Amino acid sequence: MDWAIVIETIIKSIVVLSVVAAMAGFATYIERKVLAFMQRRLGPMNVGPHGVLQLAADGIKLFTKEDIVPQNAVKPIFKFAPVIAPVTAFTSMAAIPFFPEFTVFGYTVTPIISDINVGVLFVLGVASTGMFAPLLAGMSSANKWALLGAARTVIALLSFEVVSGLALLAPLMMIGSLSLIDINDYQIAGFTSWLIWSQPMAFLLFVIAGFAETNRTPFDLIEYEAEIVSGYATDYSGIRWGLFFIGEYANMITVAFLVSIIFLGGYNPLWIIPGAIMILIKISAFIFLFLWVRAAWPHVRPDQMMWLCWKILMPLALINILITGIVLI
Amino acid sequence: MFEVIAFYIFSILTIIMFGIVVFSKNSLYAMSALAGGMIFISGFFFLLGAEFLGVVQIVVYSGAVMALYAFGMMFFDTTRDVKENIHYKKILYSLSIISAVLIVIIMSAPIYSANIESLYPSAIEGVGNTQIIGLVLFTKYLIPFELAAVMLLVSMISGILLVSKRMDMNLTEKDHYEEKGEII
Repeated sequence: MDWAIVIETIIKSIVVLSVVAAMAGFATYIERKVLAFMQRRLGPMNVGPHGVLQLAADGIKLFTKEDIVPQNAVKPIFKFAPVIAPVTAFTSMAAIPFFPEFTVFGYTVTPIISDINVGVLFVLGVASTGMFAPLLAGMSSANKWALLGAARTVIALLSFEVVSGLALLAPLMMIGSLSLIDINDYQIAGFTSWLIWSQPMAFLLFVIAGFAETNRTPFDLIEYEAEIVSGYATDYSGIRWGLFFIGEYANMITVAFLVSIIFLGGYNPLWIIPGAIMILIKISAFIFLFLWVRAAWPHVRPDQMMWLCWKILMPLALINILITGIVLI
Repeated sequence: MFEVIAFYIFSILTIIMFGIVVFSKNSLYAMSALAGGMIFISGFFFLLGAEFLGVVQIVVYSGAVMALYAFGMMFFDTTRDVKENIHYKKILYSLSIISAVLIVIIMSAPIYSANIESLYPSAIEGVGNTQIIGLVLFTKYLIPFELAAVMLLVSMISGILLVSKRMDMNLTEKDHYEEKGEII
């Protein structure tokens, strides 16, 4: 094996880690500003111009806060659980092509860490493994709220995983490949070839499942304050608590990339806008949608979520697959 | 070179994880180690170039172990050690050692006599690993595949039937009827 590939992969991994971690941190600031805007408040204003440096203040607070481990907790697992969230979130990014190929000093860079043939499945599988983080955190905390949060994690995972898998099956049947690069190239013909026009139902279902997968608001039942204090994170403080949220925001970015690549034409250029700018626009719009929904929608109860996923979304996904199959034949 | 290093790392990690599963008395440790071990096994599939099976291993077992956690949560206090109720230690140990040795012999005998070979070598040009699995599943192994699907359907329907008695009536209504002394 070539040493050049190893060095290139290490450099790519470090770049992805640092850029996405910075984006995840910045997303917390954007979230507070957007929510404030929707609720006719100002949001953070005091630290720096328009509160931009609030991010640094939050970071300092998280890193220097006392790290408390409860007395009756299962200590090794309690300490290890927060690490799972960012690790799985960043591992799943290994199979995502972030940008189109570009050339630096005569050397062609493909901005994907590892182009495995089963890209979509890998991303979804590893991202759903991230649900072990809240589960283990809740079960090891020796706290009833945390245990309830862990129990809700299980039903959340078992509900959304079926929907997201089945929703994705219909577009994959049309494309005939699981590699995200192939999926992107399928939509290369321009705006009208985007899969959202031929698979609107799959798009809708996948977005709903994405909200459930990232624990965003309509489905944030595993940490809903009014019912179970803070769910799995009740006993966490300081940087351990912060790791969960780096993982959550990294997952939001992953889901945004997946939706843009699979349904919204990926990094193909549109009109005069180059591909890299296009995908950044799509991702920003999707992150904004996440925040907008958080501001606009009420929570759902766990039983409502199970009812929605199993009795409405799953049959719709199956019907969608059936229709796609009939049309393809 | 890298494959060898990765193989030994994954083997050591897998063995340690499943060792914890067997020897730990805390159900939370055992289940977490089981989940970790299942994910490390997928590393072998990736090393052998079978990406599809590797990803399926991650997807299936993360969901399956998650369901196991749910049962563990219901049956045990997972933050305490389980008191094991063993009366005949000698019989238990000898039986488990014998079965372990038997499994090793069963698995390693064909390798030792060197007549293990794949029935469908994946040497078709220009066809990926995923496609070959599809080809084999829907030609050679079509009947076992469909039978497994039917069996899963049967178990799903029976599970729904077992649970769904009086599903049209919710629990508060049941209490209400019991207060009035009516038989449900």
